[in-house]
Amino acid sequence: MELTGAQILLECLKREGVDVIFGYPGGAVIDIYDELPKHPIQHILVRHEQGAIHAADGYARASGKTGCCLVTSGPGATNTVTGIATAYMDSIPVVIITGQVPTPLIGNDAFQEVDIVGITRSCTKHNYLVKDIKDLALTIRRAFYLAHTGRPGPVLVDLPKDIMQAKIKFVWPDDEAIKMRSYNPNIKPNKRQLQKIIELVKKAQRPVIYAGGGVISSNAAEDLTWLARKLHIPVTATLMGLGCFPADDPLWLGMLGMHGTFTANKAIQDSDLILALGARFDDRVTGKIAEFAPKAKLVHIDIDPTSIQKNVAVHVPMVADMGLALAEMRAIVESDLGAFDFVSAHEPWVKTTIDWDLEHPIKYTPPKKGEAVKPQYVVEKIYELTKGKAIIATEVGQNQMWAAQFYGFQAPRTFLSSGGLGTMGYGFPAAIGAQMAFPDQLVIDIAGDGSIQMNIQELATAVCYNLPVKIIILNNGFLGMVRQWQELFYKKNYCSTCMEAQPDFVKLAEAYGAAGFRVTRSRDVEKVLKEAFAIKKTVIVDVRVAQEENVYPMVPAGKSLGEMLLV
Amino acid sequence: MEGKRHVLSILVENEPGVLSRVAGLFSGRGFNIESLNVGPTLDRGMSIMTITTFGDEQIIEQIVKQLRKLVTTIKVVDLTEHISVEREMVLLKVNAEDSRRAEILRIVDIFRCKVVDVSPEELTIEATGDRGKISAIFSMLQRFGIKEIARTGTVALKRSLQD
Ligand SMILES: Cc1ncc(C[n+]2csc(CCOP(=O)(O)OP(=O)(O)O)c2C)c(N)n1
Repeated sequence: MELTGAQILLECLKREGVDVIFGYPGGAVIDIYDELPKHPIQHILVRHEQGAIHAADGYARASGKTGCCLVTSGPGATNTVTGIATAYMDSIPVVIITGQVPTPLIGNDAFQEVDIVGITRSCTKHNYLVKDIKDLALTIRRAFYLAHTGRPGPVLVDLPKDIMQAKIKFVWPDDEAIKMRSYNPNIKPNKRQLQKIIELVKKAQRPVIYAGGGVISSNAAEDLTWLARKLHIPVTATLMGLGCFPADDPLWLGMLGMHGTFTANKAIQDSDLILALGARFDDRVTGKIAEFAPKAKLVHIDIDPTSIQKNVAVHVPMVADMGLALAEMRAIVESDLGAFDFVSAHEPWVKTTIDWDLEHPIKYTPPKKGEAVKPQYVVEKIYELTKGKAIIATEVGQNQMWAAQFYGFQAPRTFLSSGGLGTMGYGFPAAIGAQMAFPDQLVIDIAGDGSIQMNIQELATAVCYNLPVKIIILNNGFLGMVRQWQELFYKKNYCSTCMEAQPDFVKLAEAYGAAGFRVTRSRDVEKVLKEAFAIKKTVIVDVRVAQEENVYPMVPAGKSLGEMLLV
Repeated sequence: MEGKRHVLSILVENEPGVLSRVAGLFSGRGFNIESLNVGPTLDRGMSIMTITTFGDEQIIEQIVKQLRKLVTTIKVVDLTEHISVEREMVLLKVNAEDSRRAEILRIVDIFRCKVVDVSPEELTIEATGDRGKISAIFSMLQRFGIKEIARTGTVALKRSLQD
């Protein structure tokens, strides 16, 4: 039987395991929408295409599956670009389907035509324009294959309208057909190298594990935790790595980098062996590169060869899938008959890090009587009430850093944040995506008053699908993070960072059919959060927090990790 | 341009957009391309690109890795690490009044170039060779006045017998 392109697309999506797709219709994709109700795929109608791509991304981060979104040509497609770049920077598997004008019109400046393949070339892992219906099924399969294998990333497929309407006999391409001679990611760890790494760990006195998002995306958190405990090595992580190791473990050092803990940054600077796992030495993490970990030998394992030796010289490089590498390493350690006493070897060092933590814990100055709520306190309360069991999305800015510092992440895929691109407006739609993946989980967006206004329209989406996402706005009336830089490095010239004419967030929530709360006193925080978490509804909690609170510790840009400003 | 000159030979899938992916990778990262040449191979499904660029070891390593990372790249070889044959073809339009024509033709002869077009005032010369030869021809013809040139950019292959 012959199927139309639209039918083939949906059949392929179904077979790829897509059960939810985030999208927004338009003329170029109307044929797909016409077919959609006949397929077992739930379509979530967002209110802006940026919401669709972030939601697909949040769904992917939370669930480990590939996210999918569908938008129309031209403006629909360009509205997704920020979200595509966000997913690209954080290596998130998403497939973006964009409509395109009919093939005979391509290149003619037709109505709603845009060269989205050209526009997204540098922010997708790969992208396709399907010009022949014969290639459709294979292209969709390859898009999914590329998105989730190797270093994951967004893959875009641009579909002209006439291809959606054309008919052909449907053939599901088998696994053999999707292979490409030009794409063979190297995923197998080298056993000898792994043995060498274990030997290095035995010789090291001050080893540190520095884990990144790769540990989470390759589902290696459990093996990492096992190894860190067995080898008795303290663990720090990048923003993207939070949740890869339980924050209540004595070996946990906290996040490192610009707003990392004193202990983590100090441990890196004093370490004699760093195991960098699925992390890419971002400049927000390393500080001044020339002075990063001056005494350490560096081991770097990553799926992406271009990440290795990019910013820092590495002593033991290894290209491998982190899941396979750590599982193999665990097997070696488990079968090591001459059982080395890692605990005695590293205990003095672990003790040192614990002492540092006691001296300089992550902290803030509590408010004096009558002073405004401290944002850090709100995050602490969220942690306490959820016991670290919620899925936390964040926006970007101080709210993001306070979430990273004061919420103790216990499990992978519970922290969704735009790390690489730092996209304001990411958190709320990402939380919607995560809530779709886990309808019964508590999903919270920790937000700033600036960021939340970037995709506030998605309140309608959340309400429409009964998604009980909780938005906790740490409302400081400022674009706080920029204001902090202005305060510290630009003589308090608060140019254009004061958010005047704010909406009434409580009324706004109610206008959309969500619930709204306002908190102005510390003593009400806990009560209101409890109430908000208990309601089976989309909720905004507008917490008025201290306006000029800063994120500390802070390593000023361009300084070394040793040069922290403390509270 | 800084660093050593490198000649990269890149085998890619012959698909639309491949050239801009490769070129975009260079421009997007601020790497410089000195010359770029593309053509089909014996297998019509593949194209071969020869790119000459400059950079220190670390930059070249990144370029090569980034090129390999492109989904459409089949193989990348840095020919600088091998013994290779390099050629470039240049067309030069040279001032050639009657009094100097014989001299120009002698140079053409010595360098085994070819005259491919003639007019009362000009000669158009086709020259093929490695970089050294091309620049020698260039400097020999410069004093007559070169009016226009077109260059193909380097093409290169690894020599069959390596030491
Ligand atoms: C789309 C986008 N535009 C601008 C920025 C620059 N930026 C980074 S943090 C920040 C302030 C964020 O303010 P708010 O959301 O209120 O959070 P706060 O820092 O106050 O917690 C800005 C403007 C950005 N990261 N993303």
